[in-house]
Amino acid sequence: MSGTPIDRLARATPPSLARRVRGLSDRAIAWLFVGPSIVLLLAVNIFPLIWTINLSFTNFKANRLRDVEYIGLRNYQRILTDSGTWESMQATAHFLFWTIFFQVLIGFALAYLINKKFKGNNLWTTIIVLPMMLSPAVVGNFWTFLYQPQIGLFNYVVEFFSGVDASSFSMIGSTHLAPWAIVIVDTWMWTPFVMLICLAGLRSIPDSIYEAAECDRASKWRQFWTLTVPMVLPFLMLAVLFRGIENFKMFDLVVQLTGGGPGSLTTLTSIDLKREAFEKWRTGYASAYAVILFVTVFGLASIYVKALNKVKER
Amino acid sequence: MSNFINGLLRFRRGAWEMVASLLIALGVVMLMQPFWMLAFTYSFIVTLIGTVMFIIVSHFPE
Repeated sequence: MSGTPIDRLARATPPSLARRVRGLSDRAIAWLFVGPSIVLLLAVNIFPLIWTINLSFTNFKANRLRDVEYIGLRNYQRILTDSGTWESMQATAHFLFWTIFFQVLIGFALAYLINKKFKGNNLWTTIIVLPMMLSPAVVGNFWTFLYQPQIGLFNYVVEFFSGVDASSFSMIGSTHLAPWAIVIVDTWMWTPFVMLICLAGLRSIPDSIYEAAECDRASKWRQFWTLTVPMVLPFLMLAVLFRGIENFKMFDLVVQLTGGGPGSLTTLTSIDLKREAFEKWRTGYASAYAVILFVTVFGLASIYVKALNKVKER
Repeated sequence: MSNFINGLLRFRRGAWEMVASLLIALGVVMLMQPFWMLAFTYSFIVTLIGTVMFIIVSHFPE
């Protein structure tokens, strides 16, 4: 037997089957190719989603498979009247708002500086991007050491610049500082990501536009606000979308850093959800919690994508 | 304003998407605000109505 594998496969195909395949329309062949992907998508994304919605109306516990009952909207009612969940939402809102604010501000500033041609800017780009390449578990661990009041470098840097005694405060242990401790670490880790996206936006602006503005005697300040910012805005909005969705489900970094403490001050919704699902084993309750978070993120992402498209059309 | 009301009456996408977006934004603010527990309790239903409405009205004519 000789020939290519396709020839061998054609020879091995029974004549009846070969006749049937030869008779397929283009549309049928297209479905034959797309089918496996659709089946995979249904199995991995859609089915779990529908199953989660179904579980959210039950008192199902994954460690006790008997006595499952449909309890209607009781899980939703419990979650939405629970002060602990409310506090988690507030902690998440604080974390989301400030991380995105600082990442956009610092990321854009860094991209603007890196975009200027200077000696060694490739080296600086590599150095700035390094935190993003580290594992969140590693980052969480070493920032825990940096935040140690006795030996941590962070407290000594604060002491050097502000004069406040290094051992007089604990970033992770203090109720006032812990929410900011996680904001600082996430900003340190993910600002390079925003910077890279902004840099792509800045590099996509043709020099000819600035040259035309120079001919019109537009000041640097005016060029920045009427050329640079509007042209980078779609990229910036995309970065905010990615970081927003990512930070809404932030888990690993915060668990490594504070474990949700002190008390439940840095217990973000994803940490709360994991505890309900895999520590208290209230699977039905956790499913309802997940559905609430899903609808929130989906709704926000929908209006955000609409806004993004509008900005791109301008 | 009259354009917006006309759009609502003639089931145009732009106006209805605006209403849905406002509902979603209101729901998210209600969910995450630290002042009023009752607003938190009703936040999900507001967000859900907004999201479902957004999916439906995005199929309306322009």
